[in-house]
Amino acid sequence: MSNRLGSQTLSFSQGPRLLSSYTIVGPMEGKGPHALDFDEILPDDVLHQKTPEKTERVMLEMAIEKTLQRNDTKIEDIHFLIAGDLLNQITSSAFAASTYTAPFLGIYGACSTFAQAIGLAAILLQGDFAGNVLIGTASHYQTAERQFRYPIELNVQHIGTNHHTVTGAGVALLGFADQGPKVTYATFGKVVDMGLKDAQDMGSAMAPAAFSTIKQHLKDTGRGLEDYDMVLTGDLGKQGRKMLRLLFSKEGFSGLERLQDGGSQIYGDGQKTGAGGSGAACIAVMGLGYGLNMLKSGKAQRILIVATGALLSALTVLQGESIPCVAHAVALEA
Amino acid sequence: MKPQEYQKLVQENSAPRPLLKNVLWAFFVGGLICTIGQVVLNIATKTENTKAEASAVTLAVMILIGTILTAFGVYDELAEKGGAGAAVPITGFANTMTSAAMEFRREGILLGMGAKMFVIAGPVIVFGILSGFIVTLIKVLILKLL
Amino acid sequence: MEYIIAFLVGGAICAIGQLIIDTTKCSNAHLLVGLVCLGAVLSGLGVYEPFQEFAGAGALVPVMGFGSSITKGMLSELERLGWEGLFTGAFEITGLGLAAGIVFSSIWALLRKPHK
Repeated sequence: MSNRLGSQTLSFSQGPRLLSSYTIVGPMEGKGPHALDFDEILPDDVLHQKTPEKTERVMLEMAIEKTLQRNDTKIEDIHFLIAGDLLNQITSSAFAASTYTAPFLGIYGACSTFAQAIGLAAILLQGDFAGNVLIGTASHYQTAERQFRYPIELNVQHIGTNHHTVTGAGVALLGFADQGPKVTYATFGKVVDMGLKDAQDMGSAMAPAAFSTIKQHLKDTGRGLEDYDMVLTGDLGKQGRKMLRLLFSKEGFSGLERLQDGGSQIYGDGQKTGAGGSGAACIAVMGLGYGLNMLKSGKAQRILIVATGALLSALTVLQGESIPCVAHAVALEA
Repeated sequence: MKPQEYQKLVQENSAPRPLLKNVLWAFFVGGLICTIGQVVLNIATKTENTKAEASAVTLAVMILIGTILTAFGVYDELAEKGGAGAAVPITGFANTMTSAAMEFRREGILLGMGAKMFVIAGPVIVFGILSGFIVTLIKVLILKLL
Repeated sequence: MEYIIAFLVGGAICAIGQLIIDTTKCSNAHLLVGLVCLGAVLSGLGVYEPFQEFAGAGALVPVMGFGSSITKGMLSELERLGWEGLFTGAFEITGLGLAAGIVFSSIWALLRKPHK
C-alpha cells in the first residue's frame, strides 16, 4: 500500500493529468461574476427539450463531446466513463452514458460527486487499469427543485440559507501526457453527521464534513492551508463558508484567506440566490472553469478542490432524519 | 467537536430573518389581495341573490386570478416578496394547485397532472374537512342534548 | 371604508402568518392547515360569520374563509337533509371554488410550462 499516505490520503506517483475539460452553464450562471471562466453559456435552460431531465442529460452529452474534441480523443479510446448527478438512480448520467460505448461507472455523492469521480479516475490510471478516463457531472435547477423541493411556480419565500441549484455540466478527460494539471493527491472523506435537520440550511450541515476532510488531508500530507494557493470548497454557500472558517479558526489554523467557496462565488450579490449555488455541477464548473484557469494563468501553482455533498433525500427530510454529509478532496498542481 | 456543540455554534452564527421587513411585506401583499377580493365581492353582491352565492363567486374569481398569475410566472415572484401575504389568501391556494399541475404535467395528464395536482393543496382540504366535520358533529350533539 | 377594513384585516391575518413562519419551525403547509382548521372551528362556534360581516373579503379571502365555508356548508346542509349533510356539506360552498381551481389549473397545465 505504498500509494497511501497517512490514514485517508492517496498519492499518485504516476502523475495522471487533466488532459482536457469543458464546462457548460445556464443563463443565470452566465450572468454571475465567473461568467468568463466557463467554456459555454447556454442561451436558455431548455435547449429545445421536452423535460428539464432531458436538458440535463443533453448538457452532459454536449460537455462530453467537446471534452473529447479538445483533446482529439475518440470515445473508443476511453476506458471508463465515471459520471453522476443528483437525480434518483442518477438517470441523467445513465442516459447520457447509453449513447457512448465506454464502460460506465455511475456514482452518487450528491454535490461531492465531482471530486469523487476525479479521485476514482486517478486510482484507475495510477493502477494501470486505464489509459484514458472521462469523468463528468451535471445538474439542473428545475430537476433538483422538483425532486428535492417544490414545483417551480409555487409560492415559496426563499430564505438566506437556501441554495440555488446550478444549471450546468462539467466534464474532464484524465490520462497521461506531457502537460496539463497533475492530480497529485486525493483524500476521500468520511460521512459526517452533526445531527442538523434543517434542509433549508445545507451549508451549515456540510461545513463539518469539509473541515474533517481538509484537516485530514493536511495532516496526511504534512501541509498547511498556506501550501495551497487556493482551497476551493464546492457549495457550502455563504452560511457554510462562515461555519467552515469558524471551525478552522477554533482549532488555530492559519491561512484561512486561502479558503474559497464555489457556491458562494458563482452568483452575484444581486441575483437573489440566497446562500449561493449548489448541485453536482456547481463545483464541476467552478473547479474546471475557475480553478483550472487559475492554474493555467499561473496565478496558482497548487489548488485543493473539496467537493461537499449533503446526502439527504426528499423522503428522509419528511421522516425527520438528520443530514449526513461527505466531502472529498483532490489536489491539482500546475 | 461534538454534534451538540456544533449545533449550538450554528444557532449562534445564523443570521436572523428580516422579520420586520417580511411582516410588513406580508401585510401589504395580503392586504392588497383582500382589497381586490372586496372589489369582486361588492360586484358579486349586486349580481347574485344570496350572500353565500356572492361569497362563492368571489372565491371562484380570486382562484381564477391566482391561477392566471401562476401560469404567467408572476405569483412565485409575488411570494418571494410577500411570503405569507401571498400564501394565506385563497389565490395562494389556487397557486398550489396550478403550480403542481404545471410542474407534473410532464409525467402525463393522468398520473402526472391529475395525480399530483393536490400534492400541496391536499392537506388543506383534508384537514379543513376533518375539522369542519368534527366541529359540526360536536355542535349538533350538544344542541340535541340540550 | 369597507376596502380599508378588508385591507387591514386581510393584511393583519397574513402578517400574523408571516410572524409564525419566521419565528417558529412551521412551514407554509403547517400554517395553511392551521388556519383552515381555525376557520372551521371559529365558524362552528358562530364567531366567524359576524367577523366576516364586519371584515368582508378581509375574512373571506384568507384561507380561514375556506375552512369556515366548509363548516357553514355542513351546518346548512344538515338542516336541509339531515345527517347526510355532514358529508355533502363540505363542498356546498367550497365546491365552486374547488371545481374552478381544478378546471383552471388543468387548462393552464396544458397551455403553459413552469419557467424561472
